[in-house]
Amino acid sequence: MENKEKDDNKSSRRGFLKLGAGLGAAAVASTLGSSLFSLSAAANSETGEKVKVLTTDGQLIEIDKAYIEKSKDTYISRDESHKGIPARKFVMVIDLSKCKNARKCVDACQEGHHLPHDHEWMRLYLLQESANTAPYWFPRPCFHCDNPMCVSVCPVGATYKRSDGIVLIDNERCIGCKFCMTGCPYSVRVFHWKAPSEEAKKEKYSPEKGFPAQEGTVGKCIFCPDMLRKGELPRCAQACPMGVIYFGDLVEDTVTNGTETIKFSDLVRDRGGYRYLESLGTEPSVYYLPPSTRQFPYERGLEGLDENIKDRYKNAIRSNNFSIDVDKSQKTK
Amino acid sequence: MEDKSILKEFAPQIEKTSIKWWVFFLIFFGMAWFGVYGLYTQIADGHIVTGMRDNVVWGVYIVNFIFFMGISYAGALISGVLHLFKTEWRKPIMRISEILTVVSLLIGPTFILFCIGRLDRLHFLMLHPRIQSPITWDVIAISTDIVGCFIFLYLSFIQDFAILRDYKELKLPNWRKKLYKTLALGYVNTPAQEKNIRRVKNVMAAMIIAIAVIVYSVLAWIFGVTLQPGWHSTIFGPYFVIAAVYSGSGILIILMYIFRKAYHLENYITKKHFVNIGIIMLIIAAFYGYFTFSDYLTKWYGSVKADKVLIDKLFTDFYWFFILSNYVGVLIPLIIMGIPKFRTINSITFAAVIAVLGLWLNRYLIIVPTLETPYLPIQDTREAWIHYSPTWVEGALTFGGIGLFACLFMLASKFVPIVSISELTEEDPQEEKYM
Ligand code: SF4
Repeated sequence: MENKEKDDNKSSRRGFLKLGAGLGAAAVASTLGSSLFSLSAAANSETGEKVKVLTTDGQLIEIDKAYIEKSKDTYISRDESHKGIPARKFVMVIDLSKCKNARKCVDACQEGHHLPHDHEWMRLYLLQESANTAPYWFPRPCFHCDNPMCVSVCPVGATYKRSDGIVLIDNERCIGCKFCMTGCPYSVRVFHWKAPSEEAKKEKYSPEKGFPAQEGTVGKCIFCPDMLRKGELPRCAQACPMGVIYFGDLVEDTVTNGTETIKFSDLVRDRGGYRYLESLGTEPSVYYLPPSTRQFPYERGLEGLDENIKDRYKNAIRSNNFSIDVDKSQKTK
Repeated sequence: MEDKSILKEFAPQIEKTSIKWWVFFLIFFGMAWFGVYGLYTQIADGHIVTGMRDNVVWGVYIVNFIFFMGISYAGALISGVLHLFKTEWRKPIMRISEILTVVSLLIGPTFILFCIGRLDRLHFLMLHPRIQSPITWDVIAISTDIVGCFIFLYLSFIQDFAILRDYKELKLPNWRKKLYKTLALGYVNTPAQEKNIRRVKNVMAAMIIAIAVIVYSVLAWIFGVTLQPGWHSTIFGPYFVIAAVYSGSGILIILMYIFRKAYHLENYITKKHFVNIGIIMLIIAAFYGYFTFSDYLTKWYGSVKADKVLIDKLFTDFYWFFILSNYVGVLIPLIIMGIPKFRTINSITFAAVIAVLGLWLNRYLIIVPTLETPYLPIQDTREAWIHYSPTWVEGALTFGGIGLFACLFMLASKFVPIVSISELTEEDPQEEKYM
């Protein structure tokens, strides 16, 4: 079944390349496997403006803007949202060595999905495996597992896994039984305790946007398929000032954090990438790079935080006997 | 055709209603309405009015759900087994345990509805069911169980309805008499009818036992199939079944005590009944203690981190709950029932109360601490959202459930004699004994 899916992916990609060649952009198209952008079928006259695009073998090339068509803000209906973006298998790589709890990912996510402030899809954990190991900041989106417990336990099929690897929730189908919340071993899912904001309500609901979410249903990180369709990175990856979050495609074996584009397999091999709680067998689509050769001491992550956000780490710091205490870090600031 | 004297004795129970009965009924009815008000608040203001939050997504409601379902299955198991084994002493208490089964089966599933965020979409469970989900298994199992238990209860009522219909001196309004006549389905106690009904009852009793075991296991698997520390346990199916019978036998003893006092059934429900059901409770208590012990021992002995965090939590934040439910709740009934000298009606009832309360706490300990100790420690969330404590709404609905339970039971006891007259007057044919 999995193999078949892969084959499908391959053939459709080939089709895509052929189309490019037929348009006379052979030189570009043959190397262009590029990911998040799609080639315009209408080869307009060149504008002279060049755009950087990444290729299958991880090279950055420049092509004329005219060849690129940023797809429009298309509305994806509930039914359409069940199908994945063709020939994609999305993957995220989070570089723990660069994270300093800047929380820009959280803010961008909240804003982009019209979430209230106590309802985060992206969370930042302060983890420490054992007394002698170093604490580190751990951003946690949804892991979009290939063997998702949440999908298995849902009684009405309100949450589903797509061909591109994304797990979505249909808020118009969800009955709010919360079973998926207990099913997820990573505490990813959150309940919509409140009605959506007026602003969010103005838009038409699509599971790909995740808003306006309805009160009494369940929400979670959705890898921003609305952005992906426009050829942009998910909001968190775009927002991170440290370039912690790489996002990309397994089919093309490339990930990018917006400034740097790397071959996924090289990155994971060279940096010792791993998946969180691999032993549970959920097969996450999110990989972590260990927090080695850190760019910041983890204490930096507590600096400049709002008081109420800082409070959220009090318990973690106490229970883990970290060397730092929250109140002191406040004073040094 | 039947012993009129027995009927005479029970007739006042359904003919007259004392002031005391009304007082109690109104109290329980008030409790039920308090629950309705709680439910109204929850629907109007959303689930935010409960203590449930993103981590502890299920609270007291699920505890009550498991608890009431447990009582119901136990009622079914006890009445089914006693019926099949043709135990002679069962007769005066069969009716109580049958009503117990059905009434708690009506209350239990409503509690799970209170956990559902979108009650307006409840029909999606039928429209878009996914058979992979344990909730769908539960929907199928519970609805089967409700139908089965109703049939079983009704079968045991038919003969009594016929007796009430034929008892001309009964001082009741006409519509009640007509109702009995309709419900009796033309039963006139011919040997053929009698044989049929006995046969069907035997089949239903056997089926009810099987359904009860299956349904309660399915309920346990809602928790067992998840990966959460403390829930992901192979023992959960049988453990839940045992615990259910434990709480059910306890409730049965409490009800026997209450009805014995209220309707002066001292001649029918005797110490023997208390001791016999008490002994069932004793055996189950031993099993239940053993299951509890082996479940927690294996979690505690190893060094799996997630289990360790859970056990630490149980022995710190939930220390008294743990002691009360898993030590006191098992040992007191064991001691009282284990030592013959201690076996009086009052002490057995006391043991039953302890067992029932202990079991409710045990349910709470299964649900809440696990949800408070997920794999990823609870962080980056509002401090007030970390620990679960039930709000007045959840309290109101819990009381409402208990109130409704009592109301329904009281009404049932006014509708038919709380002791089955047909059973009492009828001999079990020797050749049909199964054991
Ligand atoms: S809460 Fe919604 S998405 Fe989750 S299992 Fe229930 S119906 Fe499915």
